[in-house]
Amino acid sequence: MAKIKKLKVDRRGFLKGAAASAAVGAVGSVVSGSDAVAQEQVAQRNATAQPNPATLAADTGVRPVVSSRIVEKPGSDFMVDVLKTLDLEYVAANPGSTFEGLHESLINYGDNKMPELLTCCHEESAVAMAHGYAKIEGKPMMALIHGDIGLQHASMAIYNAYADRVPIYMVVGNHADGAERSSGVQSLHSAQDLGELVRDYVKWDDQPWSLGHFAESAVRAYNIARTPPMGPTLITMAAELQLHPNTQPGLRIPRLSRTSPPQGDSTAVAEAARMLVNAERPMIMTERTARTPDGMKLMIELAETLQAPVSSNERMDFPNRHPLAGAGFANYDPDVVISLEVNDVSGTARAARARNAKTISISSIDLSHKANIQEFGKYSEVDLDIGADAEATLPALIEQINKLITPDRKRAMQGRGAKIAAAHKEARKKAIELASVGWDASPVSLNRLCAELWPQIKDLDWSLVSWQGFISGWPGRLWNFDKHYQYIGGQGAGGMGYGAPAAVGAALANKKHGRFSVSIQTDGDLNYAPGVLWTAAHHRIPLLTIMHNNRGYHQEVMFIEQAASIRNRGADRAHIGTKLWDPDINYAKMAQAYGMEGFGPITDPKDLAPTFRKAIELVRKGEPAMIDVVTQPR
Amino acid sequence: MIKLSPIFTLSAALLLAAAAANTQTPAAAPAGNAAPTGNATHGKELFVKYSCYACHGFSGQNGNGARLVPMKFPQVGFIAYVRNPPRANQMPSYSPKVLADADLADIYAYIKTLPDSAPPAATVPILSQILSQNQ
Repeated sequence: MAKIKKLKVDRRGFLKGAAASAAVGAVGSVVSGSDAVAQEQVAQRNATAQPNPATLAADTGVRPVVSSRIVEKPGSDFMVDVLKTLDLEYVAANPGSTFEGLHESLINYGDNKMPELLTCCHEESAVAMAHGYAKIEGKPMMALIHGDIGLQHASMAIYNAYADRVPIYMVVGNHADGAERSSGVQSLHSAQDLGELVRDYVKWDDQPWSLGHFAESAVRAYNIARTPPMGPTLITMAAELQLHPNTQPGLRIPRLSRTSPPQGDSTAVAEAARMLVNAERPMIMTERTARTPDGMKLMIELAETLQAPVSSNERMDFPNRHPLAGAGFANYDPDVVISLEVNDVSGTARAARARNAKTISISSIDLSHKANIQEFGKYSEVDLDIGADAEATLPALIEQINKLITPDRKRAMQGRGAKIAAAHKEARKKAIELASVGWDASPVSLNRLCAELWPQIKDLDWSLVSWQGFISGWPGRLWNFDKHYQYIGGQGAGGMGYGAPAAVGAALANKKHGRFSVSIQTDGDLNYAPGVLWTAAHHRIPLLTIMHNNRGYHQEVMFIEQAASIRNRGADRAHIGTKLWDPDINYAKMAQAYGMEGFGPITDPKDLAPTFRKAIELVRKGEPAMIDVVTQPR
Repeated sequence: MIKLSPIFTLSAALLLAAAAANTQTPAAAPAGNAAPTGNATHGKELFVKYSCYACHGFSGQNGNGARLVPMKFPQVGFIAYVRNPPRANQMPSYSPKVLADADLADIYAYIKTLPDSAPPAATVPILSQILSQNQ
């Protein structure tokens, strides 16, 4: 949605004059005949358009050299000083008048460095870019958001980040002072309590009332966002504070103090270790444990110490080809399950109770519950619930486990590990064999797409910056994931429109490390806000986007089909409201329109390999590129 | 705007389990009475119109649903399965009110025309290479 800048009195005057001039032109062509009345009107208007002698003298006479309206030291310059202390590389923004003061300070006073402004075509794209960036870089990107309308645009992306426990540093502008703001647009874009719009799904927010207050809250917001459980934080920034001169003496910027992540209670951790060491078939489940590269190393150490299988959801917590990856061997019914940063343990706990097994949970989510949004899931009846950050707790847990392992237990564990490794290898073989199904099919099968892509990227320092859920997990079945940045997981809250901007943000984070970013992008998701393709092209963000173009919101096709079946009505109308065909969307042309190379649409799988080769070459040179592949639904 | 999504995992074993569940060919049902031969052309129309492709792929063998190619069911068994799938949440049922037996026979005939495009992985160079990395 475009934002309308405030119309000042002089601009109104200008518009009035322009309208009069247009009328003159139009009337003039009519009166070229003989309409004397109209001619007189034109003459009068022309006369009023000229300055009278007094105005002329006032406008051109001796005046001060510098306008009295110039603000030499605006408050927003100080805000930039504060932001520059926070290690923010980028600020993603769609322009808006409530932060025009800070915008100007960032690009001129701040020299558009640390942070550098990224031009976004939608606030949701700006926040989702920050989401993807943080998943790779492990620290927040800043998103600068327009009051009211911009924040409402951004809200879905904020909710995804909140549910995904990803830090985002958000600043939103507000014409806070009712006496100072004008009627119309400035009022429409202002709020008494702007943070209230998204408070249910931000970790913390504040509305500073002075520059000193801004400095304190800005630093606090950064620390809170990065402290597990991480999440987006929001500072509401008054336009008046940005625009007025900074006259506050003695302003200082507080030093950033980082809060250490919460570690599990030592007694509870010792009990967890005892349960795991004594278990015959322990199982490790993880969703968001590895906040840092060290997290994955600790996960490997835990699994190998216990010789227990690891089921990894959502993030790059555990290498998929590790012999202990998976659910164990046949009939491996765990007697103790430890869930690490798993959002909803209720299903695991219920199944465990049914077979008289025990459940342990280590999660920081217990430390940050809110009431309205129900993202915490079902109540989980676990046997040992440790409210702590899992990554921070793993060293102590591993240490305790090592203390308790006797030679007998070690032999038993090694035997178990060998069986799990054999089962892993066999299961993986079966998965690869299944990849040949529909090999020559048209539309292209996703297994073929992913299989053809792998040999072309496997020797690069690659990163998959899209979710695997809608592509049947084929990369996880065929590729070798063993680095923390090789997968960013899903949306968090299942909100579509996340995929494309998160991929661009993640690719931006990968860029400085020289990594090759690839996204297998669903068509429904891209169409929420495709302008992010322009952002990628404009900022030269190298990213290979391969369209999974199944021409529809496919999950919904299946849901409607199921609903119709239950009501005995058939699925012949399930395409209504769910399919993106008639006309088909040409994503190669879309990419070209946004300024990047576009290939396809590809319908013959034999065209995949040569096209991948060309596009990869372009991306390796630093450009984004897109390949439109018409695909099987899943 | 907000979509519910099935849970997918990166973890090899869960993915592998899902793969096995989603692509296995249904076990053959006992052969029943001989059924009339269907019209494959009409069956193709119905296959798309009734969203069979949504779970089984346009290929009849790619997607969340069971692999239909090669078709292991006799026609009678196929119709019986579609009318009342044996397990809840396995697939939507289609009653005679929605699709007549003749329509299902046409769909069955169309599925029988779909090529079995599943060469042994070891004969596909790319997959053979990935298999060798599994050693």
